[in-house]
Amino acid sequence: MAQYLVTVTPRTVAHTLPITQSLYLLAGSQLDPDTVARLTTELLHDPVIQQATWCALNTEALQADSGNFLPPGGHYLEIAYRPGVTDNEAESVLEGARRMGISGLEQARTLRRYLLPAHTDPQILAPTLANDLVQTTLIYRHDDDGAARRSLYLLLLTPPARVTARIHQVPLRDADDAELLRISQTGILALDLSEMQAIQAYFTQIGRNPTDGELETLAQTWSEHCSHKTFKARINYRCANRQSMSTALDPHLYSAYHRLQEDNEIDSLLDTFLITATRRVLEAHAAHSPLQWVLSAFVDNAGIVAFTRDYEVSFKVETHNHPSALEPFGGANTGVGGVIRDVLGVSALPIANTDVLCFGPLDLAAAALPPGVLPPARICHGVVAGVRDYGNKLGIPTVNGAVLFDPGYTANPLVFCGTVGIAPRGAHPRAARPGDVVVVLGGRTGRDGIHGATFSSVELTHTTASDVGSAVQIGDPITEKKFLDVLMQARDQGLYNAITDCGAGGLSSAVGEMGEQTGVTVELEHVPLKYAGLQPWEIWLSEAQERMVLAVPPQHLATFLDLCATEDVEATPIGHFTNNQRLHVMHHGQMVVDLAMEFVHNGRPQRMLEAVWQHTPTPQQGTSSPAPPMLTVRESLLRLLAHPNIASKERIVRTYDHEVGGATVIKPLVGVTNDGPGDAAVLQPLRHTYEGLALGCGINPHYGRLDPYWMALACIDEALRNVVAVGGNPSRTVILDNFCWGDPRQPDRLAGLVRAAAGCYDAAIALGTPFISGKDSLNNEYRDAHGQRMAIPPTLLISALAHVPDVRQTVTMDLKEVDNIVYLVGATRAELAGSHYALVCQIVAPDPQPARPDQTLPPLPPRVDLSKARQTFVALHTAIRAGLVRACHDISEGGLAVAAAEMAFAGGHGLHIDLSAMTIAAPWQPADPAHALGAPDAIAIKLFSESPDRFLVEVRPQDATAFEHSLSSTILTRIGRVTANTELRISTATDEVLTIDLATLKMVWQGGLDTGLSQESDL
Amino acid sequence: MGLRVLILRAPGINRDADAAAACELAGAQAERVHINRLADHSLCLHDYGFLVIPGGFSYGDHLGAGKLLAIDLQHRLGEQLATFVADGRPVLGICNGFQVLIKAAILPGLQGGEPATEHVRPQATLTHNASGHFECRWVQLAAEPASRCIFTQGMTMPIEVPVAHGEGRLVVADDTILDQLQTQGQIALRYVAPDGGDVTYPANPNGSVGNIAGLCNPQGNVLGLMPHPEDAVLPQQHPRWTREPWRQMGDGLLLFQNAVRYAAQL
Repeated sequence: MAQYLVTVTPRTVAHTLPITQSLYLLAGSQLDPDTVARLTTELLHDPVIQQATWCALNTEALQADSGNFLPPGGHYLEIAYRPGVTDNEAESVLEGARRMGISGLEQARTLRRYLLPAHTDPQILAPTLANDLVQTTLIYRHDDDGAARRSLYLLLLTPPARVTARIHQVPLRDADDAELLRISQTGILALDLSEMQAIQAYFTQIGRNPTDGELETLAQTWSEHCSHKTFKARINYRCANRQSMSTALDPHLYSAYHRLQEDNEIDSLLDTFLITATRRVLEAHAAHSPLQWVLSAFVDNAGIVAFTRDYEVSFKVETHNHPSALEPFGGANTGVGGVIRDVLGVSALPIANTDVLCFGPLDLAAAALPPGVLPPARICHGVVAGVRDYGNKLGIPTVNGAVLFDPGYTANPLVFCGTVGIAPRGAHPRAARPGDVVVVLGGRTGRDGIHGATFSSVELTHTTASDVGSAVQIGDPITEKKFLDVLMQARDQGLYNAITDCGAGGLSSAVGEMGEQTGVTVELEHVPLKYAGLQPWEIWLSEAQERMVLAVPPQHLATFLDLCATEDVEATPIGHFTNNQRLHVMHHGQMVVDLAMEFVHNGRPQRMLEAVWQHTPTPQQGTSSPAPPMLTVRESLLRLLAHPNIASKERIVRTYDHEVGGATVIKPLVGVTNDGPGDAAVLQPLRHTYEGLALGCGINPHYGRLDPYWMALACIDEALRNVVAVGGNPSRTVILDNFCWGDPRQPDRLAGLVRAAAGCYDAAIALGTPFISGKDSLNNEYRDAHGQRMAIPPTLLISALAHVPDVRQTVTMDLKEVDNIVYLVGATRAELAGSHYALVCQIVAPDPQPARPDQTLPPLPPRVDLSKARQTFVALHTAIRAGLVRACHDISEGGLAVAAAEMAFAGGHGLHIDLSAMTIAAPWQPADPAHALGAPDAIAIKLFSESPDRFLVEVRPQDATAFEHSLSSTILTRIGRVTANTELRISTATDEVLTIDLATLKMVWQGGLDTGLSQESDL
Repeated sequence: MGLRVLILRAPGINRDADAAAACELAGAQAERVHINRLADHSLCLHDYGFLVIPGGFSYGDHLGAGKLLAIDLQHRLGEQLATFVADGRPVLGICNGFQVLIKAAILPGLQGGEPATEHVRPQATLTHNASGHFECRWVQLAAEPASRCIFTQGMTMPIEVPVAHGEGRLVVADDTILDQLQTQGQIALRYVAPDGGDVTYPANPNGSVGNIAGLCNPQGNVLGLMPHPEDAVLPQQHPRWTREPWRQMGDGLLLFQNAVRYAAQL
């Protein structure tokens, strides 16, 4: 085998960065020097900006190669992907050679080489540039003898050894309970004792031990990720201390809340709260409308709703938290790839992506970082790059999202990825039939991602990275783009009967689910592999990315395979569907799996869990207890605008392509200089109709710390506010739930989860927003070497998808014209607990013994008035459709003051807010602690309270009467006027509260992420 | 039946539908055709009046944006494409398409310019933005009045279109090439500042030499540009339509109308 090394060096380099070279290892038994020279010149470098050299891969040549360009006293640092990890650049080298008609190149690998100056310590730098999980590094000096390099290169070029296929029998039948648990733990099966006992009983009954493949299949199918066993568990809920305010809440509107005032048993959170809420909303809808609305909820890979008469849209939001914690780029990258496949799994064309990201504070001190955890800035940088890479490459605009920072996410960052798809109505076939061929499509199968499904159900520790590194992968977006193109054609030609994505659990999950009703037989030897060396169970369980599984009727098989071949997409028949209701997997005639489908899918014993609710919210981390001085309004506002959660995310948003597709009618950034914070994106996905879609989201872990019930209401209200603010129809808005929680086996965590699900029920019914899809990611905890546990704050993401009757009637949040009137819609209460005002003032809530009475805040987060909210949304939507609204902005984090400032600087117009007409609404009940203890001053409440269900609306003077009439059923306050200057002025009847230049406000808001992100970009 | 436009598809090309929609709005009949169909001669480039190489990340752009598709064009479509260009038919490379045309040395197509070999150095390239990252934003472009470009004729006012790329910085091998491009009228479009003043980042979003956004060949029938006129053809695609007077059409449509009109006259 002839082997060569090509070194590519930039001609000019930035002075601040070390020189970075690209190294290519090329090998082939017939590879000659002329061919290498040609590849170097024509393929591997760009002569305008780079120069290249090449040499044979022997020690002398490597020695001679050293020393060039290296600063005196410096070091070389080389980084390569480990064998088996996707190396897209190397694949491109092979593809390029094929395109050039070169056949002698058989293997290629790539490395990066950093030329480090003398003053940098390569040992310190290496871990910041490479991720040991997926990459390997080599450090050497100019006088290196080349031996270590050569052996690394040979290792990289050595294909994995072939192995003899072995199918192990796991001695389960005679195992005692301790042994059952040991088998589960050592195998990363994440099965508990009762589940292991159920498996033992099944095999005892059929008179044999399970194979390794069978045990893995059951662990995967029964994993939290695939079977949602917590959400389907029977939960014994106890309420340790009831809240006094229950009497103030209408028992019909807040029925789930009242239910949780008592101890009770809940049989499946999913059924009791989420699915039932959806059913009730849809029943109410059907009672007054003959039109179909929700077409599929909680059944398919993504929820589906009717869009136009001829088209349907689908929406799915997934999380990829654990992988992103360990390998941020790859984790986020494959997270996006996975949710896109979910939408392809309902035969839809992906048209938009969303991303919501939660990280630790970007400026977290290195000393505060738990062992084995990557710095938040590095996670943020990698995750954003991973989202960008996949979405942009697939040509799907990333149009909506949020980025939150909180110490609670330091060890467990959250990465929510969503995809919206569109398809002709009824184009998605759903049922595999006996005789249909099982076809695997797309990427090849390797050892990547083994145990991803079960890994997501264990907590992270300081050694997780080395224990389950194989669960982390790098994506290959172009392979996915290629089969996306082919699948849309196959769908339109009716070539398949069923389709699903190959995600967590790999073929086991995909094929097992598709064949649940029929039965299926698979021959694993047909599955195309990336390399040799996989055991049969690994082929079956591998979560290698970029694969789909289809059920193709025999009469269409040739047509389908031809279609794939014409676009260079690999498609391989690997088995067929049967009618014996068995899951049957073979490898070269040996049995790998032979299980009854009934046991695989329904044999798992229901989990029994304990939940105990103690209404004693934990203080927010990072806040100090000594009473800080009260801030002025000016200082509060500036601190709020600079807070990373509120500050401009432009530098992240602009790295995502939000224009591709040409459908983004309301963009993420809006206003006179295209940089204001839009509430929601609006898409016009079809050119022949002005009907559109609005996409928004709601998330607030600060409320979750206080009471997840009220958090859920607030999140649903916020998601709905976002889409209504731009012109989405609240009566045709569907929502998705994504719960990210700690360990549900801890009764306090589970009680919070129960309360959040109950909140979802009350809010969805009162607001008329059905859930069409949902996902949970539990066990977001970190356990350090001493056993100390850290859970994320309770986090619920609500994503909203609203129908827009006519995109030409949508509005943005930037102030439009001088002399227009600004209204406040909705009631303002003294609701500062959990607010960002409390955060920037460092007020711990609640404080049982307040140092100063004026700092005491109500212990409950802002509460949604379910008797009013829907009415407000409908009235505002009617006014927007009538063309009475020039600008509209939802009031959320930071309250009225932040919303007003954002509207002003986005529009480039001054704004005078006069608080004198504004009243603070009556408390929820007289005993409300906010009032009993004495609240912060009225101005702070008016400006910074986060009472939900509120908007600021700009209206032309000539439309004022019509607007007021239209909103007559709501609490409406004329609060401000657009002014000809460039100032935000706030006053009361007697006092000037604040006058501040818009340029100052905007500068502070735009600079909020500077510190944290620039640290990372210096690398 | 309108003019037939071939919208080239390839692995990783993703703005083909956008380009097709723009061509149809300009009155042509757009067909999205996979490169394999031209390579295996089941379709013939010569049956089309206008070729668009759309945006995307062809083959993943792992060896420099557009590199692999450029090699693919050279090795599989070389002759067909050379004839098409020599016939004077319009070719539009947008974003990744521009990168492909540059890497295949079809642009700028100066005398002596040909695909990279051991002895000939290409004249220009498109590489990583000066900012170091991918960027999506709206920019203003002005047509160079002296340009021979058939696409920009009649474009008297600056137009607004989005960019969305990470490798859009035009670099030339040496200054004489810039002079040559200028004197031969090959600079078709430049980035301009909204206020008409000095052009700095982000008005020039990528740091291109001479604020060049688009180049044409010496004959003017091949245009490559980094921005996306195909995503600025409808009034509601403009980023400030909610606060400005309603436009009759998007600014980018003119390029497609010019090409379709020109091709129809051939």
